[in-house]
Amino acid sequence: MADTLVHADAAPAPVEERRRPPRVRKTPTTYVLRLVAAAYLFFLVAWPVSLVVTNTFDDGFSSIQALFEDPDMVVALQLSAYVAVWSVVINTLFGVGISLLLVRKEFPGKRVLNALLDIPLSVSPIVVGLALVLVYGGRNGWFGPFLLDLGFQVIFSTPGIIMATTFVALPLMIREIVPVLEEIGIEQEQAAESLGANGLQRFWRITLPSIKWGIVYGVVLTLARSLGEFGAVKVVSGNVLGQTRTATLAVEEKYLNFDQQGAYATAFLLAMVSVACIVVVAIIRPKNHA
Amino acid sequence: MIWFSALVLIPLMAVVVTAIDGGWDVFWSTVTNGQTAAAIKLTVFTALGVTVVNVFMGTLIAWVLVRDRFWGKSVLEVMIDIPFALPTIVAGLVLLSLYGNDSPVGIDIANQRPAVFLAFLFVTLPFVVRMVQPVLEELDRDVEEAAASLGASRFTTFRRIVLPSLAPAITAGAALSFARGVSEYGSLVLLSGNLPFKTEVTSVRILSSIENDNVPAAAAVATVLLVISLAVIVLLNVIQRRVAARG
Repeated sequence: MADTLVHADAAPAPVEERRRPPRVRKTPTTYVLRLVAAAYLFFLVAWPVSLVVTNTFDDGFSSIQALFEDPDMVVALQLSAYVAVWSVVINTLFGVGISLLLVRKEFPGKRVLNALLDIPLSVSPIVVGLALVLVYGGRNGWFGPFLLDLGFQVIFSTPGIIMATTFVALPLMIREIVPVLEEIGIEQEQAAESLGANGLQRFWRITLPSIKWGIVYGVVLTLARSLGEFGAVKVVSGNVLGQTRTATLAVEEKYLNFDQQGAYATAFLLAMVSVACIVVVAIIRPKNHA
Repeated sequence: MIWFSALVLIPLMAVVVTAIDGGWDVFWSTVTNGQTAAAIKLTVFTALGVTVVNVFMGTLIAWVLVRDRFWGKSVLEVMIDIPFALPTIVAGLVLLSLYGNDSPVGIDIANQRPAVFLAFLFVTLPFVVRMVQPVLEELDRDVEEAAASLGASRFTTFRRIVLPSLAPAITAGAALSFARGVSEYGSLVLLSGNLPFKTEVTSVRILSSIENDNVPAAAAVATVLLVISLAVIVLLNVIQRRVAARG
């Protein structure tokens, strides 16, 4: 696909050319760079991803169909969706809260908190899983036995999966909202306050509408990340068939059991969702700048 | 705050506490254990290599995306983000389908070291590109044109004018991609085969310790990874503050 892209650009783009004539100098280097970039992305991303699609549809829709007829698989997909939705909800609420805190309030340790928020992005998912097990593990975690006495099992059940997923997706929402909050400033809120609006009204009528798009991107990114989380979930879930196996765990399981068709089909579904998420972000983002 | 502590801080502290619980000797012997040390070495060196590739390719791709205009550019834009959003296990499967044992191009690197390199390359692709791109867009072209009018070649202009202003963004992107590489797990499960001493990376090593109920060992290795990611975060903050001070 990318090959055709590269050749197709030999045709002039008259409108663009006219708009900024002196700036775009087309030298051989331009084309070489363009070709290198396109080829690199083609071999690293486009071709492999397209192969999953072709492998899934090798024999028509039967593998996708088989997927939805397997009750364990349906449970896995439902669990993934359920976990993703919860993690999006939790991250949205706390993301907005922490962002407001970071931008609007001054408190000691703010810079440390700000830095620590990036940890989930750079720490290994396996470490995340291990950390949660150590604290909330049923037998010998720090809080685990106490929670278990209350009849609340965290690790090896759904709450643990939700926690792990929320952990890894935590910074995405905050990193989308904080810049927007910093940009809009507080003049409008002060104006509203001087007109007698209370805190809740100010948040609801002024702040929320202006960070709306930040939240939307955050939700989309969090959703993509949550659906796809694998390492952390693997550690905390116990991977019980039909109970705590998520769709990503099922991909591995199927592949290792030589059910390649099933693995590709599941991978295809997951890939579709994440590609859809990126495309949604790519489409709505420019509108926001205008 | 409490929520953040309960979810993030306390669990991470638990890892460190468990790791040093057994004393320094236990910690050190776990980390320097042959298989573990091999895994850590492989992970760190591969991540370094991948970061170098990303610095070059990422800057190049960002340059093409910002300065060039051609049909299909928006497709490339979307492609950059795919590795970020794609579930890592799917990423592994995806690479396996092209570079695995029934590869249509006849390249079979499954269960070999290049597979680790490839997987890292895939998952860390967006970082440098996405850090450099906005900076490059903001860059004032008049300075470059002034340099060119004074007789600087294109390469000199790039090296002397553009590169210095991109340097913080490139470093930040490189740090992120290094951290991501070191911590990568999902995409390797299927692709690398996890052979001890050969293609076993640190994350996999931790997981096998957990599965063998050897939690202190797992915590010790996890602490090493934690330290690496903390170092990266501190580095990023220093860069950010320096850029803010300059601007």
